[in-house]
Formats: sequence, structure tokens, C-alpha cells
Amino acid sequence: MKQEWNQVLETDKVKELDAFISKMKDQRGALITVLHEAQNIFGYLPRELQRYIGERLNIPSAKVNGVVTFYSHFSQVQKGKYVIKICDGTACHVRKSIPILEELQRQLKITSGSNTTEDLLFTVETVSCLGACGLAPVITVNDKVYPAMTPEKTTELIQSLRKESGHEV
Amino acid sequence: MKEVNIIINGISLSVPEEETVLEAARRINIEIPTLCHMDLENLKAVNKEASCRVCVVEIEGRRNLAPACVTKVGEGMVIKTNSPRAIRGRRTSVELLLSNHPFDCLICEKNGSCDLQALAGQLGIYGELKYQGEQTTYPKDESSYSIKRNLDKCILCRRCETMCNEVQTCGILSATGRGFDTIVSPTFGLPMIETACTFCGQCVAVCPTAALSEISSIGQVWEELYNPDKFVVVQTAPAVRVALGEEFGLPPGHSVTGKMVALLRKLGFDRVFDTDFAADLTIMEEASELIHRLEHKGTLPILTSCCPGWVKFFEHQFPDLLDIPSSCMSPHEMFGAITKSYYAKKYNIDPDKLVVVSVMPCLAKKYEAARPELGMEGNQNVDFVLTTRELAKMAKEASIDFLNLEEEDFDHPMGESTGASVIFGATGGVIEAALRTAYEWLTGTTLEHVDFEELRGLEGIKEATVKINDMELNIAVAHGLGNARTLLENIRAGNSRYHAIEIMACPGGCIGGGGQPYHQGEIETLKARTQAIYEEDKGKAMRKSHENPYIQKLYQEFLGQPYGEKAHELLHTHYVKRVKL
Repeated sequence: MKQEWNQVLETDKVKELDAFISKMKDQRGALITVLHEAQNIFGYLPRELQRYIGERLNIPSAKVNGVVTFYSHFSQVQKGKYVIKICDGTACHVRKSIPILEELQRQLKITSGSNTTEDLLFTVETVSCLGACGLAPVITVNDKVYPAMTPEKTTELIQSLRKESGHEV
Repeated sequence: MKEVNIIINGISLSVPEEETVLEAARRINIEIPTLCHMDLENLKAVNKEASCRVCVVEIEGRRNLAPACVTKVGEGMVIKTNSPRAIRGRRTSVELLLSNHPFDCLICEKNGSCDLQALAGQLGIYGELKYQGEQTTYPKDESSYSIKRNLDKCILCRRCETMCNEVQTCGILSATGRGFDTIVSPTFGLPMIETACTFCGQCVAVCPTAALSEISSIGQVWEELYNPDKFVVVQTAPAVRVALGEEFGLPPGHSVTGKMVALLRKLGFDRVFDTDFAADLTIMEEASELIHRLEHKGTLPILTSCCPGWVKFFEHQFPDLLDIPSSCMSPHEMFGAITKSYYAKKYNIDPDKLVVVSVMPCLAKKYEAARPELGMEGNQNVDFVLTTRELAKMAKEASIDFLNLEEEDFDHPMGESTGASVIFGATGGVIEAALRTAYEWLTGTTLEHVDFEELRGLEGIKEATVKINDMELNIAVAHGLGNARTLLENIRAGNSRYHAIEIMACPGGCIGGGGQPYHQGEIETLKARTQAIYEEDKGKAMRKSHENPYIQKLYQEFLGQPYGEKAHELLHTHYVKRVKL
């Protein structure tokens, strides 16, 4: 049976998730917490993983998928090693967050169809507000904050991240 | 119980404090239109999403309009259900729903039976719509043989979800996505045929629009009837005759067996037979199987297997228990197998030119008819399945004045049946019929009192202990797949003390099937149909399946022994392990 969601989940990651689920199992409303943890461990929530979580929590797969598709935080596709979030809240927007986004899209050759680079190094997302308006315009890479950004500074940042990961500039 | 005083449209009344405004208004016959609301409390099917906002009313002192279906009454509450503001709010809600709904009512399968259409008419929404905007369009899902999904017509009332999750516990349908992009969908947007859907059709039974409907076979059946080379045989399930009349304005519970037979002849079927005949045959096999398992220490309990929704349910949900259901095919499949072998041979009809059409209260039967193992050498036992609703549509299409038809009798030999077969249509009926026969076979004496009252009625799980010789048989009956799951989980855990269990997927049994006339949430309709089934049984000269002379003849001339080799080859089947998705 060849179906695209029928991929094999990595055993060590499943073990890690299992340990978390057994702590959570009997709690009401465990699903969202488990999904957060699963996304932390696996990087995203492939179909087979959603199915697995449903079975473990005794929640129909359709319900799990319903929650996953409701929240934009949950991703069903693999994200890059570096997830760059560009704040486009009011403060960041007026201080020119969009040119930063455009520069990133140009440099990383990201089209509107996908927001992850082919080499799975970068994912670019916009968020509504990071709550750091005094530092506008702000971006974060994974969970590190970069204040008062400009397109030029962004270029430098990308180069240093590439170097850090061992990729040639 | 504490009561509160309220005023609705100037009328003072006192109602229990936990009641909703809607329930209070209905006490004094004040109608508040609803759309998403559904309350089949006996069946645990309560949908109170308050998502459609059609039931809004004005409450004095409250800034915004309140949805009557979920707003609880309170002391001193002054409610206006038909104030200009309430009516305007209601209209706006419906107009907003219509702004994202196709305007193809004229060629919609629910034309005339759509709740949204009726509401638009009731609220006088004509001409140009006040709101216009983007409309969602999705591909239709016609992947299964039973259920068609057309999400363009979905109003997100979530009734189907309630049925699928709360009542049937199948968990196939769930709201997916967010905002304007929300749809009700199987997991990962899979087509229905790839899911664990049982095709019970209870979602279709409660859908207010044509978002969920049956995949129709009307066109194909007409083609067969028009074809002079084909010999088209029809069979009718017991539950059809007690509900078909509703489609022509008769009150629920009005049995129309004779008219139904006349109608089928008028439509051009070459022979009009009865699935009841095959139900008697099923009892011969199933009672034999029960006795065989009792005498040979076989797996117990034995579970009935007449219901294709239930069969698919246990294949997906309990694949480890595939050895407990009876191996008997369902009655209409047995009918097909016998028609294409015994009957074709006896009357010298080429089986390739023989077409078997089943009229069923059921959507799962459509899927069942396509199961590859239910046929001989590529010739399916049953070629087409029509629902009760589809038969009524064909009658209307052919301009047949149904109510004034003279009553007619079924054809011989496969139109002859006993009272035991009729009760297959109501929850508890199959096991009662099996007991009538098993009792007489095991004791060798006549069963005087044939009515097993404790196995009847709409209670979710029923049980009885029947003493046969020195053996006490523990019997259980469940209808609705949620109740079935409870029994099955006990069996899996090893806590079951039952010898035999009957299960029907639909609440009420086949009389509440997904292919029946829409019951509009009226539990009384189901009760009336059940009543009619038992009256048919009482009216029969013979009430035990093994007394049916044509069944006896069938065994003498063709099948040999019940549960014998030939019977196994033609009338028994096997089950498939399936995944839960």
C-alpha cells in the first residue's frame, strides 16, 4: 500500500514523544500540548505522525487534523533548519518590515508557493506581532531576536547563518 | 426543579430554569425557525452549535440578538421572537449563508427537501441578494458507492459531525481549516472510500442541504428497465414498506406494502420479490450457525452480520475480532445469490441478462453491493441498490399516482415470507427471528409465545436471557454504532457474558436507515415505523422463518442442508482487516 502519509517515523523521536504522551495522557485537552511537543521533536507534523498521535490519545485522526489545520503555528510540511519570522505588526510595518521580507525572498529564491528553501535550510514566515515594538522592525531566527533590522543587515545575517551551518556562501 | 417566570411575545409562562428559549417557546407553540439545531435526545444526537444564527430572538435589556437554541431562560426574561429586529437578524443570517451557496436549486437533488431552501422561502428572500462576495468551490467527492459530498453546499451546521462522532463514534468527519476556508472533511481531505467510513449514511440523514447526499442509481436502473434484453428483478427490504408512504404525504407508520408492489410493477420490473424471503433464508443459516457454535464450542458470542455499515465498522475498528460475526451474507445479498443461481436455472434465464435491483432503507447497501467477494465470477449478487427515497423519486418521475394504486401481491416463489422476516427492519428483530427458529430446533417443541418484547424498542442497548432446554442464552441488542462499540469493547476485554448479539448501525435499526425519507429529527417518526413493522409481523399467517414453505422447497430442490456445503458456497462470506483512518 503506497500512500504518501505512510512514511516511517524515526524511532528515537517517537520514543521521545511517547515519553511525553505518557505524562499527558489522561489530561483533558492534551492534544494541543502534544502537538506542540511533537512539532518541536519532529520539526513538523506529517500525516503519519498526526495519525499516530490520534491513536495514542484515542482521538480520531480527522479531529487531530482539524486542530492541526486550524492553527497556523502547526505545520504539515517540513520546515527549514532556520525558521525566520518577520514581524509585520503595525510598528514593524511602518518601520519597513516588508522590504526585509522582500529581500529575504529574493536572496533565498522563495516564491509565494512555498516558504521553505529547497535545501531545507531556511523557512520564512511573517507574524502579526512579536510584542517587541520598541525594537521595530524585528525578526527572529528560531527563537533568537534580531532588533532594528534592515535589508542590508538581513543579507549579512543570512550569510553568517549559512556559514554556521557549513554551507558555502 | 426550579422554575422561572418569563414572557414570550407577551405571553407569561413559567418554565424549568435549565430550558432554552427555544424549548420554552415550543411549549406554547411559538415556532422559532432553526437550521443547525438538532435534538434527537433519545439517540444522544444533540447538535447545539448555534453556528447558523437563524433562531435569533430579541431579549429585553440584552444588547445583541440571542440564539434561542442555546440561550437559557432566566427569571423575568422578556423575549420577542418575531420583532422586526429579530426577523431582520434572521434574514441577514440566511442571506449571508446564501451569499456563499450555489443557486442551482432547480437542478439540485435536494430540491423540495432542503431546509435552507425552505427557510429562504419562509423568510421571503427573493430577487437580488443583499450580500455578494467570494464563493468557495471544492471538488465533489463521489469516490464511494454510497455518499456524495458537495462542500459548495455545506453551511457548516456540523450536524453530520455530531452524528459521525457522538452517535456513531466513527470520527470520520471533522471541521478542518479556519475561517472562510473551513470545511467538514475526512482526515487529510481523503476521499470517503479511503477512510474508515461505514457508509451508514446517518450524516446524509441529518444534512439540511445537499452537501451530503446519496450516490444515485436511478439513471442506471431506468436504463436496465428500458433494455428489452434484460430481465430485471427487484427486491424490497422490510423497512421500506413502512416509510415509503411518507414521501407521498402519508403519516409515518403507514404501511404501504401492496401499493409498493404495484408501483414496482408499473415501473417495469419483470419480477417483484421480497427481501423478506431472503431474511427467512438468513435465519435458517444464522440459527444453524448459532446452534453449530453452541454445540461445537465455537466462538461466542455470535454477532449478526445483516448490516453492511456494522460489518465495515468492525472491519476497521475491531479487526482483531473478525471471527465472531456470523459468516452469513446479508439478506439482500443472499437474495441476489439465489436469484442468479437457483431462480435463473429453474426458470431458464441467462444469469448475464438477469439484473437484481434492491430497494433498501440504506446507503451502506450500495457499497456492500460492490464488494468484490459478494458475487460469482465477476457477476455481482446485486447489481443496483436504490434507497427508499430514490424509489419515491422514480415513482414521481413516472407520474404514478401512488396513493391511488390498487394493492398487489409479491411474485412467487421469492415473494413469500413470514413475520419473522419483516421484523428485520427494526432494532432487535433479527435476533428475535433467530430465537423463534433456534428455540424450536433446539427443543423440538412449538414456541407458543413468539413476541420477545424485551428485545424491542429504542433503548440503545437491550438484553434478555432466554431459557432453551437447560441452557440460558444471554442475548444483547445494540443499535447505533456508539452502542455497538460499547458492547464490542467489553467483548475485547473479555467481559462479555452474551451468547448472541444483534447489531444495527443506524439508530432504530433499518427503519432509521440513511436511505429512508428524512425524519427531520422526529423521534416519533422512528417509533411509528417500528410499530408498523411489528403490526406487519402480527398480520402474517406464519411467524417463524423455518415454516416458510418456499424456503423449505429451496433447501429440498437446491441447497440441501442449512449451513451445508452449497449454502456455504452461496450464502456465506468472509471479512477483511481494514485500517482505521
